[in-house]
Amino acid sequence: MSMRSAARLFMSGASLLVSFPSHADPASSAPYLGKPLSAAEITQWDISVFPDGRGLPAGRGTAKDGKALFATHCEQCHGPAGRGATAEELVGEPTPPTAENPNKSIGPYWPHATTIFDFLRRSKPPEKPGSLTADQIYALTAYLLAANKVIDETAEMNAQSLAKVKMPNRDGFIRIDAP
Amino acid sequence: MTTKLSPDDLVGAAGGGLLHRRVLLKSGLALASAGFVSVGHATDTDPAKAPAIENPASPSWMHQPGSPFSGYGVPSKFENRIVRSIGSNRDLPGNGVSWTPLESIEGIITPSSLHFERHHNGVPDIDPAQHRLVIHGLVRAPLSFTIDDLLRYPMQSQMLFVECGGNSNAGWHEEPIQRSVGSFHGLVSCSEWAGVPLAILLDQVGIDPKAAWVIAEGADAAVMNVSLPVSKLMDDAIVALYQNGERIRPENGYPLRLIVPGWEGVVNVKWLRRLHITDQPVMARNETAKYTELLPSGKARMFTFVMEAKSLITSPSSGQKMRGPDVYEIKGLAWSGRGKIKKVEVSADGGTSWMEAALQEPVLSRCFTRFRAAWKWNGEPAVLKSRATDETGYVQPERDVLVAERGRDGYFHYNAIVAWEIDEDGAIRHVYA
Repeated sequence: MSMRSAARLFMSGASLLVSFPSHADPASSAPYLGKPLSAAEITQWDISVFPDGRGLPAGRGTAKDGKALFATHCEQCHGPAGRGATAEELVGEPTPPTAENPNKSIGPYWPHATTIFDFLRRSKPPEKPGSLTADQIYALTAYLLAANKVIDETAEMNAQSLAKVKMPNRDGFIRIDAP
Repeated sequence: MTTKLSPDDLVGAAGGGLLHRRVLLKSGLALASAGFVSVGHATDTDPAKAPAIENPASPSWMHQPGSPFSGYGVPSKFENRIVRSIGSNRDLPGNGVSWTPLESIEGIITPSSLHFERHHNGVPDIDPAQHRLVIHGLVRAPLSFTIDDLLRYPMQSQMLFVECGGNSNAGWHEEPIQRSVGSFHGLVSCSEWAGVPLAILLDQVGIDPKAAWVIAEGADAAVMNVSLPVSKLMDDAIVALYQNGERIRPENGYPLRLIVPGWEGVVNVKWLRRLHITDQPVMARNETAKYTELLPSGKARMFTFVMEAKSLITSPSSGQKMRGPDVYEIKGLAWSGRGKIKKVEVSADGGTSWMEAALQEPVLSRCFTRFRAAWKWNGEPAVLKSRATDETGYVQPERDVLVAERGRDGYFHYNAIVAWEIDEDGAIRHVYA
């Protein structure tokens, strides 16, 4: 902890009515009220999954396991084989989009396979988000990648193999307002 | 009734009957305004429910006590048709949008109740006592804040627009969509947002020099997350607790919303629960599969955060009808994610000639700016347009220029000039012109 924040911690603990020069920036008059978080607490909160696989949990699944899960949880909105219904189509050819075929489904468009796992875990199924196990999410991820012909039907997806999947459109993006 | 103007006033300042801006300033001048015709609000035809005819000189409400006080006010029942229009998924009603009725609001502040919505899985019912904001990752001291904690920090407020990156996306359609201006362009609203400058909290956790990105995450059922450059968040982001003077409405992020001035709506994360400080973007679904713009080359624009300058004429506008030849006030809204609006020009002849509109004060950075111009409509066909220029010199593009650059498959970030065509009968439709 720096001297500055240590001093602030002391002052906020001592009195919130300590007066400051009137031209001080707001930060210098701010109390220090955050509660420290332990590594164990952060583990409960942190569900970020990065393209290099950081954040992926233990577990495994294949497209075969995922097929039944897809029928149960996804097909009603995304259509048979993920071809689209009231929700968007999820399956296309594993080649980047073109002006003639501007398909933005997973195979042609999504740049990172880890995004599938992350999105399923945080958002799906919409009627009960967070209810699927890690194995089920790996299985659904495998099913979607295989349906898009990005991986083999038999390939097992886990924390190591999913991070190694290279999506066809990984280099298809140009960053505009960020480095 | 025809508005009374002097012969000088009727000397057009640009083609098609646009009048010098002194016409707007004439005291007591009554300008006509276009009105709605049969746009979704039928009048009550049941005679039993028809209101009693009042004598305006001595109406009944002057002769009986009015209603008592109310703890929290609501609009007049006579305004109950001014509502957000809703477009949502049949199987998942909490996934969709509602549009601000831009044609029905005045000034520059959007009432919180009419602020546009975009939810991915409904509005969470968050108990503020049990909500936390955690900041962790590449920091010296990961911290958790309660809402009560944050309410004790120094606050700032700013008047800022928030615009969905997908606003106006019907503009990419091959044929011009025929809807009210709000139901076409109303995924933009403007509020006074108040809260804690995020830089204060980031300073307290102590950002590691290796940190370049912040992943912001909401506590809704989509657990929506996006990555943002730490430099922008240090610069001017607000952890907002208040909107238009009161605590933020649930549908706008109660109890806590990240406000990122001038940047697309999706990064203004509602129901903010977590800020993960990292060295790289997380590549979430909503910054890869969505909110990216596919170009004709096959490459796609990504992290297109800034909402470029845009303007719209809100009256007269699509779906309204002119009340006959007269002098009208053209009015509309302009905004830019890069700063202040410098000027708005209007045209009544489809862009052949332009006249600078009057900008109503205040003109604030990344806030709605209200513009006005006087126009003598002689009853002949006309095409109205507005064109915004911001303080960086950026000029709102014509649609054909934008489409030539971006194609029509990008979906997001449509900010082209909007054209309304008026026919001999005074009917107003959206056109590409």
